[in-house]
Amino acid sequence: MKVTVTVNGRAETHDVETRTLLVYFLREACGLTGTNVGCDTTSCGACTVLLNGESVKSCTVLAAQADGQEVTTIEGLAKPDGTFHPVQQAFHEHHALQCGYCTPGMVMAITSLLKEHPNPTEAEVREGLEGNLCRCTGYHNIVKAALAAAGSTELVS
Amino acid sequence: MIPAKFEYRRAGSVDEAIGWLREDPDDAKLLAGGHSLLPLMKLRLATPGVLVDVGRIDGLSYVRDAGDHVAIGALTRHRDLETSEVARAHAPLLARVAAQIGDPQVRHRGTIGGSLAHGDPASDLPAAALAYGATFVAQGPNGTRQIPADEFFLGFLETALQPDEMLTEIRVPKSGGASAFQKFNRRAQDWAIVGVAAVLDGTPRVALVNMGPTPVRARAVEEALASGASAVDAAAHAADGLEPPSDVHASSEYRRHLATVLVRRALEEASAARG
Repeated sequence: MKVTVTVNGRAETHDVETRTLLVYFLREACGLTGTNVGCDTTSCGACTVLLNGESVKSCTVLAAQADGQEVTTIEGLAKPDGTFHPVQQAFHEHHALQCGYCTPGMVMAITSLLKEHPNPTEAEVREGLEGNLCRCTGYHNIVKAALAAAGSTELVS
Repeated sequence: MIPAKFEYRRAGSVDEAIGWLREDPDDAKLLAGGHSLLPLMKLRLATPGVLVDVGRIDGLSYVRDAGDHVAIGALTRHRDLETSEVARAHAPLLARVAAQIGDPQVRHRGTIGGSLAHGDPASDLPAAALAYGATFVAQGPNGTRQIPADEFFLGFLETALQPDEMLTEIRVPKSGGASAFQKFNRRAQDWAIVGVAAVLDGTPRVALVNMGPTPVRARAVEEALASGASAVDAAAHAADGLEPPSDVHASSEYRRHLATVLVRRALEEASAARG
């Protein structure tokens, strides 16, 4: 079937099987490999993207369900001139990653979280990230980065 | 993991969805948020030949004050239930339970109708609906009918919905704050090993998560409370007549014990909320 998704502001139309998962639409049809597949079972959050501005796990959404909708991936956060999104900048400054595999999903989950809770407590950040696993166990700096990015006026783009 | 092949149809209305269900009653499944069905399809535990996507049907996502009850559209996502002022005021247990489902990403996609129609005994919302004595509205080819929550969950992943019916609305009698939800799991997003929903406004109702093949009322606890037993004494009956499953997370015996602990906590919390 023909699926059109506005990905990072650009219309992407591809002919895919009905059973194509959104994450494979993004990675294989659109060539956007920043979104990782981790557990593939809705647990780890590595594949988190924004669907109409809200975080979702793209391994558990059909591309067909996103037809006609807007998706933002990690590639769509920075400005065209390369300036980091506030959450990316906070990850950079607080060394909020070790191996980096969970990072795109963490950044997208935090971006969504901060839209819903612009000034979260540390507990709210930790609760809000319960759907994202870091197997390096690097949570401490990830939470620090989320708190540092909170309150930024540039969050809602 | 990729689901088996299927034909995908996006319904524009409930009538259209029901029409497609009637064409393939054995092979068609409804898809809303997909957070119960798609994981099963990826594991090939479910292989519907036709997937009828009802997720875009207009007008089925709402939480309304309907006088003596709260009316919730079947396509209302967990996140919208969690943040609904009407739910928080008049069905607070449901809002609290919705806030604890899965994780934020899951709550952005999963719907109350999908969760209830899936009928998983390990899910939280079915027990909350049972504890509230909710009524489910189902639409079929011959119109709508109302199904009491007590008559809805028939067996493991089996509900009273006919193959050509769609759950469209959940009606929850208005309730005050004397309610509580307790669940125990080992990891943040896991299903509850055991969960308890207790409502003490009016006649006490207590329902259990993962204590049998269906979400189930703890009737022995309710009877004890009705005859004046304390929370501790009533909770001792939490597993009476129930045969909870043994699995990788816990033995049946462990669940039976855990149920007594969690029921006591839920009753104490609900009583304290009543003041």
